[in-house]
Amino acid sequence: MFSIYARRRFVNFVSLSLSVLAMLFGLFWLAWILYTLFKNGFSSLTPVLFTQTTPAPGSAGGLSNAIIGSLAMSIVGTLVGTPIGILAGTYLAEFGDRGWLAPVTRFINDILLSAPSIVIGLFMYEVYVVHTGHFSGWAGALALAILVIPVVVRTTESMLRLVPHSMREAAYALGAPQWKMTLQVTLRAAKAGVVTGVILAVARIVGETAPLLFTSLNNQFYSNMNQPMANLPVVIFQFAMSPYEDWHNLAWAGSLLIGLFVLVMNILARTLIKPQQQH
Amino acid sequence: MNSQEKRLQQQMLQDRIFRGTTRFFAFFVLALLAGIIVSLVIGAWPAIQQFGLGFVVGTDWNPVTGQFGGWNSIRGTLLSSFIALAIGVPVSFGIAIFLTELSPVWLRRPLGIAIELLAGVPSIIYGMWGLFVFAPWFADNVQPWLTEHTAGLPIIGGVFDGPPMGIGMLTAGLILSVMVIPYISSVMRDVFEVVPAMLKESAYGLGGTTWEVVWRVVLPYTRSGVMGGVMLGLGRALGETMAITFVIGNAQQPIHSLFDPSTSISATLANEFTEATTALHTGSLIYLGLLLFFITFVVLTLSKLMLLRMQRAEGH
Repeated sequence: MFSIYARRRFVNFVSLSLSVLAMLFGLFWLAWILYTLFKNGFSSLTPVLFTQTTPAPGSAGGLSNAIIGSLAMSIVGTLVGTPIGILAGTYLAEFGDRGWLAPVTRFINDILLSAPSIVIGLFMYEVYVVHTGHFSGWAGALALAILVIPVVVRTTESMLRLVPHSMREAAYALGAPQWKMTLQVTLRAAKAGVVTGVILAVARIVGETAPLLFTSLNNQFYSNMNQPMANLPVVIFQFAMSPYEDWHNLAWAGSLLIGLFVLVMNILARTLIKPQQQH
Repeated sequence: MNSQEKRLQQQMLQDRIFRGTTRFFAFFVLALLAGIIVSLVIGAWPAIQQFGLGFVVGTDWNPVTGQFGGWNSIRGTLLSSFIALAIGVPVSFGIAIFLTELSPVWLRRPLGIAIELLAGVPSIIYGMWGLFVFAPWFADNVQPWLTEHTAGLPIIGGVFDGPPMGIGMLTAGLILSVMVIPYISSVMRDVFEVVPAMLKESAYGLGGTTWEVVWRVVLPYTRSGVMGGVMLGLGRALGETMAITFVIGNAQQPIHSLFDPSTSISATLANEFTEATTALHTGSLIYLGLLLFFITFVVLTLSKLMLLRMQRAEGH
């Protein structure tokens, strides 16, 4: 009798200890990665980094063209992807209760949400780069837009579904047409959630490398959107793979910039959305 | 027609336009998927024509002679994802138990956020950290130890054999496992949380320990949801590119042990695509991309179906 009791206690103790260890294991990696990032990147965070263009090995330089390129492509990608995502998400939430289109779209959207981003890069290569014959910032921005869409669709739909029906009914009772009700009542009520979705999408695309490898590629200089365009992730990739020490340092600095940006975006997204709305 | 009717008619028209616009963009999402598949098939066509389905099992990858077979890359993708799951699933399970059953309530949110931050770290940062920090440490401290202590053992001895270079299949799988942990554990946590309190309380009331409640009540109740989470993690691992490209070693060769450098579909694409000159080479790379998309599509569909089943059991 006692031995069974002791064994059960023992099994319980061991497995719960393992669970605590698993938690520490997860936190350990996060701490290690963040520590490395700060240790290696912090010393290179100088004004030069933001004012000079990417250098040849051995000479001084910064990442300004890559920073500008990343910003430009992320902004265009967000501006293109967000309205598409919000409108599609609105359809799913407001008109999505009958017919085949909504469930299928919801399903496909979830697939796109997790689809390998490198495949999106291949797609943009096929439909844009092959036809125009050159890599360009526009192709990169459009590839990023495709990554923005599913994130925004999903958050928009779930946030709109949280808006109580009584609000819709109140708007109808006042004689508002459906489009006015959706745009000015429900979407406004869900604004914080929708903005959170956009922020999360931005945090996702700003560090994406794979889809840019085949679309915007890279450039050592300032460029317009019609040319191959420098961007932080691809510069980091090329510099980190190179044998030059000073390029490595720049790559670390670029990684720290992206890491900090993503961190800030994540914190922002979480403060915008109240805890009770999350589930 | 009085002005009131006119306005009503105008509003109905506006409503129709609004509904049509939103429906158009919902349809656009569908068309996007179809467009991706069609364009990949077109891009891969030269290779599909040349090699057919034999491409999947072909092991030659030689741009010079124009011989392309995808097996080295496909095997790398599958094997690294398998390693990632073998480590990631038990750890995620532990984290989910901790967050739902053990942790004090005030710690749950910050710890949950910390784990989710792991998912937010861009994959290129995992790659750099893996190449410059983790791989050297792994080569100095873990690999020699593994080789020494498994030498002579049947099967396992061969798995951990070879020079400790740091980069290679095992390192790629390990880093992947860290990357999938946040996805798997967050799904597990979410499905564990929907287990009715009554069920758990009954089991506790019968004298069950925490572990017994988790293992015999929570897990069976959430089985399909947990499987969905695992599949979601697998989908992520299969498509991961930059982290793998940095540490897997990029070698189109057969591997004998997990320490050997290898390659994966996404790593091959990232490394060779902009350097491919012949239509056949580019086509073969896109063929690889098509296969990757196909594999992840199947896995993600399974994941989604299982999570839907879980939701239905929950009564939504």
